[in-house]
Amino acid sequence: MSKYRMSIIVCGGVTCITDNNAIIIQNPKQEINKNGLSEEIQVITSGCFGFCEKGPIVQILPENTIYVNVKPSDAYDIVNEHIIKGKKIERLLYKDPKSKEIVDNSGQNNFFKQQFRIALRNCGYINPENIEEAIAYNAYQALGKVLTEMTPQDVIDLIKRSGLRGRGGAGFPTGLKWEIASKSNSDIKYVVCNADEGDPGAFMDRSILEGDPHSVLEAMAICGYCIGASEGLIYIRAEYPLAIERLKIAIEQANKYGLLGENILGTGFNFKISLRYGAGAFVCGEETALIHSMEGGRGEPTFKPPFPAEKGYKGKPTNVNNVETFANIPAIILNGAEWFASIGTEKSKGTKVFALAGKINNVGLIEVPMGTTLRTVIYEIGGGLKNDRKFKAVQIGGPSGGFLTEKHLNTEIDYDSLINAGSMMGSGGMIVMDETDCMVSMAKFYLDFTVEESCGKCSPCRIGNKRLSEILDKITKGNGTIEDLVLLKNLSNVIKDTSLCMLGGSSPNPVLSTLEHFYDEYLAHVKDKRCPAGQCKDLIHYYIDAEKCVGCTLCARNCPVNAISGERKQPHSIDQSICIKCGTCIEKCKFNAVFVK
Amino acid sequence: MEKIKNLEELKKLKEELKSKLMINDSGKTVRIRIALATCGIASGAKEIYDFFISELPKRGIDAIVTQVGCMGYCYAEPTIEVILPDKEPVIFGYVNKSRADEIIEKYIKNGQLIDGILPKTFKSAIETPMFL
Repeated sequence: MSKYRMSIIVCGGVTCITDNNAIIIQNPKQEINKNGLSEEIQVITSGCFGFCEKGPIVQILPENTIYVNVKPSDAYDIVNEHIIKGKKIERLLYKDPKSKEIVDNSGQNNFFKQQFRIALRNCGYINPENIEEAIAYNAYQALGKVLTEMTPQDVIDLIKRSGLRGRGGAGFPTGLKWEIASKSNSDIKYVVCNADEGDPGAFMDRSILEGDPHSVLEAMAICGYCIGASEGLIYIRAEYPLAIERLKIAIEQANKYGLLGENILGTGFNFKISLRYGAGAFVCGEETALIHSMEGGRGEPTFKPPFPAEKGYKGKPTNVNNVETFANIPAIILNGAEWFASIGTEKSKGTKVFALAGKINNVGLIEVPMGTTLRTVIYEIGGGLKNDRKFKAVQIGGPSGGFLTEKHLNTEIDYDSLINAGSMMGSGGMIVMDETDCMVSMAKFYLDFTVEESCGKCSPCRIGNKRLSEILDKITKGNGTIEDLVLLKNLSNVIKDTSLCMLGGSSPNPVLSTLEHFYDEYLAHVKDKRCPAGQCKDLIHYYIDAEKCVGCTLCARNCPVNAISGERKQPHSIDQSICIKCGTCIEKCKFNAVFVK
Repeated sequence: MEKIKNLEELKKLKEELKSKLMINDSGKTVRIRIALATCGIASGAKEIYDFFISELPKRGIDAIVTQVGCMGYCYAEPTIEVILPDKEPVIFGYVNKSRADEIIEKYIKNGQLIDGILPKTFKSAIETPMFL
């Protein structure tokens, strides 16, 4: 039915466009027209292929040949050799970087795909509100297999062999966690799913619950079978109304089909799941605080031991896992521990979902095998930085994590390498920053989040973080001293050492890691009273370059406080005593005449 | 719906449902998946969903339109996937009403691709042979 015999698809991703893409698309069009093929062959642009290092990319359909590093002058050959004569152009095919051999990629659908989806395997494929689509895509097959063919210990051993570690942040081995809960002696036990996703900019768990809720329900039932629990609870924040709605529908449908509830699949195993709503307090992601909140108490962490596996919800043994951890379980049972363990690095197996955000072109939800480098994630999957700006840092692990810099870009992402580099896996928020981001302000942003979210139980976190925030505020206002930098570091270490829970214990991480990697930037604020990124309002001034200003008056007319004066067609100037540094003049100027110093 | 009594029944049901989906995927019917997670809905995907539901029958196109979860292309929401009979799936990003109209008129009716299609950048475990 297609009118066109072939299509030439030119990458229109931002990185490729800057590489002469406009000409690359024009040239094949001209060649096609010259040969009178415009009725048969179509030339279109696409979004980013996620292989920007080799861009610009050109793809020929239907045979799916992919050409890399294409230059405008290659258009002639693509049309005359490939399209007309059907001969592939070898010099434009991808060469394996190690063997230097040409890789004929025709027909290989997964040639460029650095992403591999296990936890998100069904997201985007099935209707999350229709259990039949989920069943068609293997939902509850793993549960059936476990209940009829395996003992609880078999399953626990399989999960242990797979090497799955908790995806909520700390990376505790999941199989071991289940084993501890299974050995606790009690008539009643609970399975809890931690869906209290709270890191700023993170939405991995929400997307799993909204796209494939059955994967989590199935895994909770499997966990129940393993540890000897017949009740599961999902602790989810009330700010996720769509995820809650879809979970409710999924639970109802699973009950109706006999896949949850009494005597599941005729095996005599009972398991019911219900929801508990959180009010969106960050600290309730900590498992003891989460349990107290579910019991109706204050969301405050308590000392471990006893661990929830011994004494958790209502004093009974409780196994708490994160959404993404659960979503991996059915795939591991169906495909085998060895399959899962073959993906990833030595100590971190499988994949990790990241919410990629910040100053990056392809903001999105990604899932990559452990061991993928930060460079691949940022420059290929993420399509590089917006507006071609320079990479400065990437923040991983949320308010408890740290900032990684240029020198860490080749770090292979796994639990241990991130800790060695001074950050942590966390739940999967990844925020990219460019040269215009002030690291002192960023540290303050994360710290203010912690100050807001501290439950207030322990003084180091409640009072210490407040003091840290005040010192940072002082520095960004240009009133900091060298002694403040020493104090920042010492106080951070005290908070780290003396807090009860991980929220407090890791809260100074953003301060410590910026101090380590961007000490010069702190010094500039403190000694020179200057903000190199041009963000701290008290330390910057706006000026007009008299050479560049043409006197169009646009800035003066838009200045909200009338701080700009000057005759028409004459260079303008800004009165620093009136200027409120709102940045409107920079935005409005069409001649790049306004600058910040 | 009667409760599924054992694993055999579940396996049988899976095969039935799968072949039903496959017929939809490879038969004469056009299949459209619209990413309706929070992020998609916030960028207007619900309106696009309603647009396809109301416009396709009016234009005489037999299609199955379903909502799905996040495809991951947050920067290009709303995103939709269109599977024409016997064709590879194609993902379209930045779908507003005029683009949706273009997708129906150009791609669904004539098989003509339009600018800005999104290359699929991931492989899912469900595409591995062991899983199917």
